Amino acid sequence: MTAPATPVARPTGRINASVKPPIRLKPSRVWTIARTELKQLIEARDFWMPMMILGGIFFLVIPTILLFAITSIGNIHAVHQISQAVQLLPAKARAAVRGKSEQGQTAYALAVFLLAPVAVVVPLTISTAVGASTIVGERERGTGEFLAHSPASVHEIYLGKLIASVVPGYVTTIVGFGLYSLIVNTLVGPEVGGWFFPTTQWWVLMLWVVPPFVLLTLSVVLRLSARVKSTAAAQQASGLVTLPLIMIAYGEATGAVYGGNWVGIAVGAVVWFLALLGLWRGMKAVTRGRLLGVADGI
Amino acid sequence: MTLAPTSDPAPAPPDGTAAPVVDLRGVSRRFGTVDALLDLDLSVPSGTITVLLGPNGAGKTTATRIITGALEPHHGDVRVFGLDPATHGEEVRRRCGVVSAKPALYDRLTGHANLAYSAELYGLGRGPEVDERIHAAATRFGIEHALDQQVGGFSTGMKTRLALARSVLHDPQLLLFDEPTSGLDPESSHAVLEMIKSMTGGGVTVIMCTHLLLEAEGLAQQVVVLEGGTDLVAGAPRELTRRFWPASVVRLDAEDRSQLARVVEMPGVRGAETVGDGLKELAGMAGDGVDAPLGSGPVDVQLEDPDGVADLVDALVRSGVRLTRVEPRIPTLEDLYFAVRRSRAQSHTVLADDGGRQLTPASNGAGS
Repeated sequence: MTAPATPVARPTGRINASVKPPIRLKPSRVWTIARTELKQLIEARDFWMPMMILGGIFFLVIPTILLFAITSIGNIHAVHQISQAVQLLPAKARAAVRGKSEQGQTAYALAVFLLAPVAVVVPLTISTAVGASTIVGERERGTGEFLAHSPASVHEIYLGKLIASVVPGYVTTIVGFGLYSLIVNTLVGPEVGGWFFPTTQWWVLMLWVVPPFVLLTLSVVLRLSARVKSTAAAQQASGLVTLPLIMIAYGEATGAVYGGNWVGIAVGAVVWFLALLGLWRGMKAVTRGRLLGVADGI
Repeated sequence: MTLAPTSDPAPAPPDGTAAPVVDLRGVSRRFGTVDALLDLDLSVPSGTITVLLGPNGAGKTTATRIITGALEPHHGDVRVFGLDPATHGEEVRRRCGVVSAKPALYDRLTGHANLAYSAELYGLGRGPEVDERIHAAATRFGIEHALDQQVGGFSTGMKTRLALARSVLHDPQLLLFDEPTSGLDPESSHAVLEMIKSMTGGGVTVIMCTHLLLEAEGLAQQVVVLEGGTDLVAGAPRELTRRFWPASVVRLDAEDRSQLARVVEMPGVRGAETVGDGLKELAGMAGDGVDAPLGSGPVDVQLEDPDGVADLVDALVRSGVRLTRVEPRIPTLEDLYFAVRRSRAQSHTVLADDGGRQLTPASNGAGS
């Protein structure tokens, strides 16, 4: 309203309708954001301890107890019950079961088929927990102001946050998978004639099916994190939204392992498509206004 | 501290031929139904310190966010370094350093990690050279001893110092400080303001938001008073002093106060009024004076010539007045702030009385 000291001949009062520049991503900046986020997670013992415990229970404790009970103790009751469950497997899966004895076959079926969905539940749970707080957390701590004023684009921020949310869950899963493989081969291997795990279906599951499920879930979770008012609200909403996704993932992972390699590849391809679509749309949810906490609707 | 010409902390702003670093024209920004900025004009010359003064909710923070492109205006034109932050946001932000009202630091990281993060985001990369730079910035603000500690354990003062160090790490050309002394004790506040003053060396432009008038004194080369998202007045402190106090004022007292009535007969005197015994502040000069006859107490004398104090004193002494107090009254920024608001309120009243448009500034609850 006051007259500036140095008038510059330029039209004023234009309605703001800037033409947006094309999206340019600097991978180094994306990685910087992801790395810093991960560094903070590592410092947060109260976060990664439950994460480790969750992975440990699903990948180590439960399989060890079950497989040890079947192969070493020869728990007849357990063997009988699991044998009945094995009868419910598709014919193709049943035909693939190996083992010299009923104990060995039961242990094989348990290790290869019945515990497969665990590989999906663990990363989805962990990544949801990380992702839910990642953007709203910046706003709550006030650090969103720093990011909003920084040269990083909102797309770089989004991708950095995405990577930081994927890594804890997926790394826990891969490490857990490695340890699980060791346990399975040690306990069941002698019953089926040597080391056999991971099977091809499990490789497909871990490297092709699980990652897009994690990304698809995070595409939803990060959108929620950008839109809600508090971390608590983000956790609540994410839990509700991702529960059906986890159930679908559970079912699809089972199908991928039971149905053979091509089924796994097809399932993975569909989920990859959906995940990339979700991520593309989710990218628009992060705005500087939302980082600052002043966007309409926050 | 005052608005006296001698109090200007640095050379006067450039003569206005150079393009301003920041140029906002008719900028408006709305949050829901609230106008955070309403037709704001702001021009910041290069190499100066501009202080945005205003109460909470005046639009100061929103203005800084518009400048860096962190927020886009709904209406109006924004140029920073001659660029539109909406389309050249990365370039604009890379040349800006910001310290927000909250230090915006990552509590779980060390001081060094916080600065290193900023260095990488602003394109400085990593390595020994950057580490040296981080150490130098931290040393400049006296926080180098705490670089290896987690920021969560820092005091408010330490966090502010670290945030300041972070803001200059990449050698920005424009520094934006949003209430940088918020939450600091007086000693730390003073130190921070001294640091800010020292930053303008080397041609850096500074914009500082505050609602604390004392902070702006001795620092500002340009003051912009905001209210309701609108700029009420802008200019150099000296210029504004002239505009709002065209007459120089001196407060006089004498052994025999009745003799002070003679002052209105002296040459060069525009007017005089009695004030309370040291209780009346200059803010009262615009019509709030004590309604008492001249000679019943100390008087504030308005002079036509700012340099006429010596002549007046000489004339009074020659006429036999034994003066006990001669105190030139130099308006402070606080005086300016209230004078601007009072002037604004008076103009509203006049317009309302004339049946004109009521210009009540929009209330504002978003940002500040």
